[in-house]
Amino acid sequence: MTLNDWITNLYIFVLASFLGLELIRNVSRLLHTPLMSLTNAISSISLVGSLALTGEGDKTWVIVLGTIAIIASSINAVGGFLITDRILKMFRKSK
Amino acid sequence: MENIIQFVYIASASLFILSLKWMSEIKTSRWGNWAGTAGMALAILATLLKPEIHGYLWIAIGIVIGASIGTPMAMLMPMTAVPQRTALSHAFGALAAGIVGSAEYFLHGSNLSMPQLIVLCIEVLLGFLTFTGSLLAFGKLQEIIPTRPILYPGRNLVSLSVFAFSLFLIAYLVIKGGSHPFLFSSIVCLSLLFGILLVLPIGGADMPTVISILNAYAGLSSSFMGFLLNNKLLIIAGALDGSSGLILSIQMCKAMNRSFTNVLFGGVGQVLEVADPSRDGKIVKSLSPKEASILFEAAKKVVVVPGYGMAAAQAQHVVKELTDVLENRNIEVKFAIHPVAGRMPGHMNVLLAEADVPYDKLVEMEEINPLFPETDIVLVVGANDITNPAARKNPGSPLYGMPILDVDKAKQILFIKRSMSTGFAGIDNDLFYSPKTIMLFGDAKKVLNELLISINSN
Repeated sequence: MTLNDWITNLYIFVLASFLGLELIRNVSRLLHTPLMSLTNAISSISLVGSLALTGEGDKTWVIVLGTIAIIASSINAVGGFLITDRILKMFRKSK
Repeated sequence: MENIIQFVYIASASLFILSLKWMSEIKTSRWGNWAGTAGMALAILATLLKPEIHGYLWIAIGIVIGASIGTPMAMLMPMTAVPQRTALSHAFGALAAGIVGSAEYFLHGSNLSMPQLIVLCIEVLLGFLTFTGSLLAFGKLQEIIPTRPILYPGRNLVSLSVFAFSLFLIAYLVIKGGSHPFLFSSIVCLSLLFGILLVLPIGGADMPTVISILNAYAGLSSSFMGFLLNNKLLIIAGALDGSSGLILSIQMCKAMNRSFTNVLFGGVGQVLEVADPSRDGKIVKSLSPKEASILFEAAKKVVVVPGYGMAAAQAQHVVKELTDVLENRNIEVKFAIHPVAGRMPGHMNVLLAEADVPYDKLVEMEEINPLFPETDIVLVVGANDITNPAARKNPGSPLYGMPILDVDKAKQILFIKRSMSTGFAGIDNDLFYSPKTIMLFGDAKKVLNELLISINSN
């Protein structure tokens, strides 16, 4: 990685953080629980790292650790998206 | 191939952004969740296209096991358990980030540049402290571990020294460079320990803030993994989560009029106020649910104030039944939702939605407070500190300055409570002694049921 890569990545991080702050500020307080379970599911994007670790690994210990990481982050991803939908389905307006 | 993967990653990042945008309104919120799911699916598929990936067997096994644990966890858990499920889920995500970072170190530790070592160490620190911290939060919410703050003398000094020592080891590792498996393992252990020390002194009522902070940490640790792997999708998704957790924790702190550091190091809950002597002469009025039911004869406007006690007693369905009965008698019923009521942000909204209470009846604190003076009856179900007028009137109270629901301004207050014990913060509630207040002692569900039967027979 060159210095340029680092700077680009830092730009992306800062801009994405500001975008995130703006987006979340607009979320109704009513939806804070599903919002948290959604962002929790999105944080399992670390699955990408676990996949690469396991798929590229040649040593047994790497594959074992990688598989544990995949299990952990897919519990997080699958569970997170499913429960968010389950929560959102319950919200309804008065007839 | 690399270009295709990058394009798919851009699509995936856009879907995550749309997902949060659509989450801002109920109307589009389910779309938001689907966009997030699609973004995640794309990210996984694109990653699997990487030419460096050659073994798929263990990947498949891992995903299948993970999905078969995650699905029942999401579908079978009762809605009252949403806070602990979220905490547990944070723990799993963070564990993955910690493991990936550690494996990278043991694989390529000696070839990493200084900035890479820095982000790797921060990723591992955040990942593992979030892992144990969230597990402990889960234990407290599930009541495997006592929910009250666990305090010991010098705890802040111990936590801070553990944190400082791990930062010192990280600095040493980064400056020294090269491979130091023992030193690195020590950093991992210290991070695990620090997570425990961080959450141990925190009590149940502060859980909304703590869960939000852990949410931010889990996101940030993914972002740092992105820096390490030079993966922009990870950086973006992690930053979005980090800012979400940050905003939620700031809002929770504001709703309690406390600072971050006060929540983390304040140990509120140990403040056991000695019975105020001036209170001795004051009388607490109490009625049976049957006697109290007559009060509803003349009522036109009723506001229900739910708190964690409603969740603990699983009383949300009875509350809904009572609402229906009152509405059939042309009584207007609203719900007053305090931002920190319950154990996670928005907890009460979810429980009431589960009981089929329409969301337009759930009114936020700022909007409901001006309506209390014209409210005939306020029914407090399992809430306490968020109704304590001392927060407005008594500068000596630990609650002073916290925004509360102005329940005391209503014409009549019915307070359902198990006994005369103090609230979570261990602070006596002035509201109990107000001449307008009537206590209904007993389990919330039982009291509400009796109230319901009596109103029906009146």
